[in-house]
Amino acid sequence: MAAHETVTAVYDDIHAVIGAVRSLRDDGCEDISVFGPIMEGELEDAIGKPPSPVRRYALIGGLTGCIGGFALTVWSSYYYPLVVGGKALASIPAYVVIAFEMTILFAGISALIGMMIHNRMPTLTLHAEHRPDYTDDRFGVRVVCEPRSTATIEEMLRSYGPDEVRVER
Amino acid sequence: MASVAPPARTPFARVSRDIIGALWYSDLRFRLMMLILLTVIGWAGFAWIYQIKFGMGKAGITHPVMWGVYITNFVFWVGIAHSGTLISAILYLLRSGWRTTINRAAEAMTIFAVMTAGLFPLVHLGRVWYFYFLAPYPNQRLLWPNFRSPLIWDFFAISTYFTISLLFWYSGLVPDLATIRDKLKGASGLWGRFKEKVYGYLSLGWAGTDTQWRNYRRAYLYMAAIAAPLVLSVHSVVSWDFAMAITPGWHSTIFAPYFVAGAIFSGIAMVITLSVPFRWALGLEDYITEYHYDNMGKLLLLTSLIVGYAYVAEYFMAWFSGDPAEWESFRWRALGEYMGPFVIMVTCNVLVPLLCFSRRIRRNIAAIFVISVLVNVGMWYERFVIIVTSLAHDYSPGAWGLYKPTWVELSITAGSFAWFLFWFMLFAKTLPAISVTEVKESIAEGVWSPGDRKEEA
Repeated sequence: MAAHETVTAVYDDIHAVIGAVRSLRDDGCEDISVFGPIMEGELEDAIGKPPSPVRRYALIGGLTGCIGGFALTVWSSYYYPLVVGGKALASIPAYVVIAFEMTILFAGISALIGMMIHNRMPTLTLHAEHRPDYTDDRFGVRVVCEPRSTATIEEMLRSYGPDEVRVER
Repeated sequence: MASVAPPARTPFARVSRDIIGALWYSDLRFRLMMLILLTVIGWAGFAWIYQIKFGMGKAGITHPVMWGVYITNFVFWVGIAHSGTLISAILYLLRSGWRTTINRAAEAMTIFAVMTAGLFPLVHLGRVWYFYFLAPYPNQRLLWPNFRSPLIWDFFAISTYFTISLLFWYSGLVPDLATIRDKLKGASGLWGRFKEKVYGYLSLGWAGTDTQWRNYRRAYLYMAAIAAPLVLSVHSVVSWDFAMAITPGWHSTIFAPYFVAGAIFSGIAMVITLSVPFRWALGLEDYITEYHYDNMGKLLLLTSLIVGYAYVAEYFMAWFSGDPAEWESFRWRALGEYMGPFVIMVTCNVLVPLLCFSRRIRRNIAAIFVISVLVNVGMWYERFVIIVTSLAHDYSPGAWGLYKPTWVELSITAGSFAWFLFWFMLFAKTLPAISVTEVKESIAEGVWSPGDRKEEA
């Protein structure tokens, strides 16, 4: 495999970024990364990466919380049985409240943990390509490509009015 | 107020500059205010220690009114806590663009209000050092909490609400903290380097890559989606603390929706009350504008109408039930010894907010501020009326009685307001009180953009 080259363009308008990423994708580029202070659904669609795995964490966390909530309440009722008025030991309607709260708690925490794992956070070393103004008002589009298509990609990125374009060989 | 800043090269840079520039600046007014708040908190702490040492007899609660100002404060502060997640989660799911400038402050308010509310069950406990009995944990006595009790539901609901609100708020802060970290890069001086380090750690290494954004946006969406039913459940559970008892005036199925509407109502009022001084103190008039107060005013009006309807419906149900104890309880609530609080409640919660039908009043910041303060007063009295009048006047005339709070209860109540404001002011000086990221999103989407008053000046 031939050595790869990296083209990085910096924009100050998210709409230019969306246009640039769309053109790159139409042209068949796969390895595109975008950096920026905000993100929009339109840009996410343009980048076209698979959906975030965070949803699985939320689902699994929620189910764990729900089952855990019912398990804790029902089990503890039978563990120390106190029969009052001959009624059933486990009062499911009352326990729904506990199970509901625990569903929410676990789903929320695990969605966040999932996000942290997949974002490699927390970390003390920032992404190698990070620039301070990417969290302020600039967007970076970074394309890894084969040397023969570098020129076309650079030209394409330039047509959307970037502040600067950098090619690393 | 922030000093004159250099012109920004883009609208995005201007947002970062204005909001982050308002941080850390501490003047005499701020220090004086903090000093007053700390004094009030100290006094309240003394009152609590006094109560712990000499017993609950130092509070005015006694037979038949065993729930007084402490539980009033608890319900009031939990109510205040409701707008934050409502504005953040429900309005986020509804894609209401105007929420972006007030959601951060409202979420912070939620957290501090829950922190305040959470103190009151402890203050109300005779032997506060046993509060951990509420938590389910394996112990030598083989005992577990009674999960059929609304008080245990409350423990679960409030602690879940606090945890989720805190995480939701913090995850919203992460991109903003990264912006501050990058702004502080290469800061000089010991204090500057210290700030850079702290914000660097807090931002967890956020770099704004598309993969990070994708996971982040998903997680944020799920947090919002689960926080929305949580908001509704928390105050429902608080209302069941009352509705599950057979006390006349409490035992009613309308309580959950009635309390939730009341909570959102009082929460919106508190957002308005706090945002007016802080937009002025931080010089953020371009960000929180008449447009936002107009929308909040509409929300205030809507919830006020629901609360007003609930007041009327309660009376209708008491009358329609044909239950003499129930009807007597409601008759006495309006015409008995606690008529004063009742009149304040109806005036402030039902009549005054009707002014919000006028667009001119909604867009007049001074007017909406006054309305919101009155609503806060009215909602505190609503909780007081519900709790005290029902207990003071239940089934058996022989057990009727009156309740009057003592200096201990009033000191701790004043302390709770100071405690809440103390945290809020600390927050407004150290963290971006308006979401930098979300304001930028609003600008990019063309939903809304900040005014130009400051730029022109």
